[in-house]
Amino acid sequence: MNSARERSPLIKLILLAGVLVFAMLLSLMTGARWIPLSDVIAAFIQPDAMNINHILVSSTRLSRTLMAVVVGASLAVAGVLMQALTRNPLASPGLFGINAGAAFIIILFSTLFTLTSLQAWLWCAFLGAALAGSLVWLIGNMGQGRMNPLRIVLAGAAMTALFSAFSQALLVVSQEGLDTVMFWLAGSLTERSLTLVWPLMLLSALALGLALICARQVNVLSAGEEIAIGLGQRLGLIRLLLGILIIVLAGSAVALAGSIGFIGLIVPHMVRKGLSIDHRWLLPGSALAGATLLLLADLVSRVVILPQEVPVGVMTALLGAPFFILLARRRGAHYA
Amino acid sequence: MSAITSQGLTLSYQDSVIIDQLNVSVPKGKVTVLIGGNGSGKSTLLKSFARLLKPQQGTVLLNGVDIQRKATATVARELAILPQTPVAPEGISVRQLVALGRYPYQSWLQQWSDEDETMVNRALARTGTLELADRPVDSLSGGQRQRAWIAMTLAQDTDIVVLDEPTTFLDLSHQMEVLELLRELNQQEQKTIVMVLHDLNLACRYADQILVVHEQTIYAQGTPAEVLTEELVKTVFDLNCRIIPDPFFDTPLCIPFGREKIE
Ligand SMILES: Nc1ncnc2c1ncn2[C@@H]1O[C@H](COP(=O)(O)OP(=O)(O)OP(=O)(O)O)[C@@H](O)[C@H]1O
Ligand SMILES: [Mg+2]
Repeated sequence: MNSARERSPLIKLILLAGVLVFAMLLSLMTGARWIPLSDVIAAFIQPDAMNINHILVSSTRLSRTLMAVVVGASLAVAGVLMQALTRNPLASPGLFGINAGAAFIIILFSTLFTLTSLQAWLWCAFLGAALAGSLVWLIGNMGQGRMNPLRIVLAGAAMTALFSAFSQALLVVSQEGLDTVMFWLAGSLTERSLTLVWPLMLLSALALGLALICARQVNVLSAGEEIAIGLGQRLGLIRLLLGILIIVLAGSAVALAGSIGFIGLIVPHMVRKGLSIDHRWLLPGSALAGATLLLLADLVSRVVILPQEVPVGVMTALLGAPFFILLARRRGAHYA
Repeated sequence: MSAITSQGLTLSYQDSVIIDQLNVSVPKGKVTVLIGGNGSGKSTLLKSFARLLKPQQGTVLLNGVDIQRKATATVARELAILPQTPVAPEGISVRQLVALGRYPYQSWLQQWSDEDETMVNRALARTGTLELADRPVDSLSGGQRQRAWIAMTLAQDTDIVVLDEPTTFLDLSHQMEVLELLRELNQQEQKTIVMVLHDLNLACRYADQILVVHEQTIYAQGTPAEVLTEELVKTVFDLNCRIIPDPFFDTPLCIPFGREKIE
């Protein structure tokens, strides 16, 4: 608000951005083959088509790094928006039934048509995510009165259960492609070429930008329905916008990288504690922290059992579960 | 001219009618106090005055115009409402909460002006929350929290201020402080104040007009002296009492009885 009060979050935000750049460089360097920083930099400034290191950096490593950044930022920002929309600090984008919906449509289409291109695979996942998200949204808005956050949570749980049951039934009927589906479900950022993923990444980036400029509206929304209307907010409109943003962000994240848990839940919490609860800081801060955290998790998952890889979703769960328990205990003590 | 007028106003939740075919008006520049038993519909009526609740039938006119037809941002610059039990976002500071009150004056281009800053500081100072400004709202006592919310309402800088039980949770001296503040705003800035109070004696002391909400309508209205009678208290609150003139302020003073024998 006034300049003196704003300085401290700004410095922290810049620090966060610095850490992200550092993590991105590290991600370009690390893998089954270690590439020195000088080669990474040279790969961008003076690319040499014959140099194997340069080729590695500008193809697979770059796309993987950018994907981790976009997916991490999308999940974290979707988490912030979800928590503001439901006024529930334990809400996460997964509550919209998005992961289960994406998995179901992928499994359905791959049994019906045998999906061959990765492109088809991506858009099926996004379609499924959007389908489940929209259903949950519609049920949450049904009936008398306005949107009911509790009904959203319940509808999300019901949709997740429903789509998971369908998926399991389909998997039992057809064993085909089970392995790929399982690996994808666990969440992975395995090397995919940028030419394939850029449309979805662009979509996420747009949604991220839009979310950032809505920060003030989100602040008012999180003060509760009556206060928001009293302050002249067009509640239906802003809720619809946030719903669409959450579906796009979480849907493209799950399409790009499978179901990666906990980022959308823990990052908003850490940034609230460490930076600010004001969404003008919280949203950009969460985007940076989410990107960094997913990058680091992916880094570890790449090297921890060389030459094999652990799905990054497993890494985030290993990181996130203890944090979540800590959080629940703290809050429990707080309210006891 | 009246600030708020209801015409044939019917309010209901699902199937139960709370207010039935009500015509009432709230005069401009006056302090109007709503009294009535628990669950009689005071909060419901206030919500409809602030377009938080859509009428089943009838209309609410704000400064002469149907409130449902006005742009909601325009309404927010004319009328501020403090609901009965607002819950602040977790971890928000008092200053951040009060700053939300400036939302109706901001736009995509004009984000935070000097006037916003001035109004926020003034609202903090007037409610005695300046020294609490950087504390998280959820770490405050009930009374301090209430004053922070009132500050948010004042930061909205509207001519009409609607407050649902602004004095609950406050100790007697802070109750008086809040009521004095509201009267001051009324007398110095000609603000129209509409509020719900449960303390009949304070209601009589501070109100220009009293509205009694009972049996789905405004059962009685007028100046405190006109409205507050022993029969009314008996019918509306099912309470035996004596009404005497207040020895200092001359407004009606209600002395309630429990099981004591009254001769
Ligand atoms: N959201 C709601 N849904 C259904 N019924 C409601 C709702 N809100 C209030 N009611 C009912 O409407 C009636 C009037 O409620 P209201 O809150 O207006 O009373 P009140 O006069 O403000 O009471 P109090 O003095 O306790 O604050 C009550 O019977 C209440 O149970
Ligand atoms: Mg009430």
